[in-house]
Amino acid sequence: MKNRQLTPSTGIGFVAILVWCLLPIVWIVMLSFKPATETQAGSPQFLPEAWTWSNYTDVWDNPDFKRALINSFGISLIATLLSVIIATLCAYAIARLEFKGKRVVLSIALAIAMFPVVSLVGPLFDLWTTFKLYDTWPGLIIPYMSFTLPLAIWTLSAFFREIPWEMEQAAQVDGATSWQAFRKVIVPLAAPGVFTAAILTFFFAWNDFVFGISLTSTTASRPVPAQLAFFVGPDQFNPPVSQLAAAAIVVTIPIIVIVLLFQKRIVAGLTSGAVKG
Amino acid sequence: MTTVTATPALAAKTSDRTRAENRLGWKLVAPAVVMMLLVTAYPMFRALYLSLFRYRLTAPDDREFTGISNYVSVLTDSLWWTDVFNTVLIMVATVAVELVIGFAFAMVMHRIIFAKGIVRTSILIPYGIITVVSAFAWQFAFSLNNGFVNGWLPFVGDDYNWFGGRWSAIFAICVSEIWKTTPFMSLLLLAGLSQIPEEMLEAAKVDGATWWQRLFRVILPNMKAAIMVAVLFRALDAFRIFDNIFVMTRGAQDTESVSFLTYRQVIEQFELGVGSALSVLLFLSVLLIAFTLVKLFKVDLASARGEK
Repeated sequence: MKNRQLTPSTGIGFVAILVWCLLPIVWIVMLSFKPATETQAGSPQFLPEAWTWSNYTDVWDNPDFKRALINSFGISLIATLLSVIIATLCAYAIARLEFKGKRVVLSIALAIAMFPVVSLVGPLFDLWTTFKLYDTWPGLIIPYMSFTLPLAIWTLSAFFREIPWEMEQAAQVDGATSWQAFRKVIVPLAAPGVFTAAILTFFFAWNDFVFGISLTSTTASRPVPAQLAFFVGPDQFNPPVSQLAAAAIVVTIPIIVIVLLFQKRIVAGLTSGAVKG
Repeated sequence: MTTVTATPALAAKTSDRTRAENRLGWKLVAPAVVMMLLVTAYPMFRALYLSLFRYRLTAPDDREFTGISNYVSVLTDSLWWTDVFNTVLIMVATVAVELVIGFAFAMVMHRIIFAKGIVRTSILIPYGIITVVSAFAWQFAFSLNNGFVNGWLPFVGDDYNWFGGRWSAIFAICVSEIWKTTPFMSLLLLAGLSQIPEEMLEAAKVDGATWWQRLFRVILPNMKAAIMVAVLFRALDAFRIFDNIFVMTRGAQDTESVSFLTYRQVIEQFELGVGSALSVLLFLSVLLIAFTLVKLFKVDLASARGEK
């Protein structure tokens, strides 16, 4: 413990981390308070010359943006829910049962996690138009599920391995079947892990851009990141910088709230799923 | 194998339980496996098939089998090689910088005793933020009319257009990519760092090892697995770079990546044949990088996680 004291280098590092992480956020916040006239004329200074809320009201009155928010929340939440349910079953089997092909399942998950998503855009575009899934909610929910499953499975199986074996055994000795042991003993113990996996899954779905722009064409299903990228305003060569900044802040608020509430869990989830020596 | 040890005397019953466990195991993993393969394996085979045709979505009836000619036209086009170069450059540069900064951050987080919550919260914000938002933030920061970067950097003129040249534009793209993903890297490295026994470092110190010696002889070798996992994940992620380029340059000034080229062929030009060939090549590139890194590191990812 002698090493862990406040040295000057740790102090500098602390400040460096805060500046690194927060400077761009503060920058966008400042930009979002600049009046549109100021950014159109060009305003390279960091702070606004005049402060205004009008960008936020403009963004909030934009029906396309509101619709994109609803799409993103709906699609991400449904995908998260389904993905976590399926991943929980799978991770339980991996952490607790002995069966042939366990490694194959983990390898598939790993391969999917590293898959170049853009290479699916073409064939999925083709398939989705055939099956009338193009530009619909399920059309995005399905790929989001597939690509969040690996993360959820790895995080959950790491969490599940920490759960005391004896509890399940005791339940089985008392006459419970494997399924009952799962439902009555493991589920309550695993709930925090499942919740963490859900947060990470939600982040992934909320962040997706590739599927969001290529499998949608209208506001019927276009999620927030795609809407932001297409939000150029009437003049293509002069995008509404301050309004875009305000919209960016609006979509970042849910992330910041989740991070503030659950930072400890998210860190545990990210690290336990990745490295276990 | 608890079920076996629970009933060691009854051989017949044991094999029954084993079989039942096997069956239950597959029942539980089946939905996940089906879901993962449905959206990846099948479309990938479809891409492989479509890549052998001349096929434009605007004229679907003119589909014509052309063999490997799509691959030939891609691989003989200098655009493909320019984009491969950009992608590899971005991958190598960002992962290298992230590894150094991420390690420094991990050291700070490991040693810090106060305000742990604040540090954790700040580090998670870039991780959680939408990549498109990060791209906009940095695009505006570097922009000629509205950016603060030119004003803040002493050796750069106020009228310097970062997006006017290839290398400066790629630099801006890398900054956004590095900013967003360094926190993830540092968390992975922190996990590795916290597994090094404190006594080992104390012993090295008592033996008179300098700070650098402790770093290179004790700390780094003992967190090799964590570093490899972090590099592998980030390298493959960086190779897929798309969002930042889409928002910041749209591929202008030769800043296109392989992913962006594939997207442009399929979605903007409706060239499903050539696009599919690009998809297959992109997939093979990722496979090649993954294979090389795993061989290079000689690391078994499953066993690195304690998976038997």
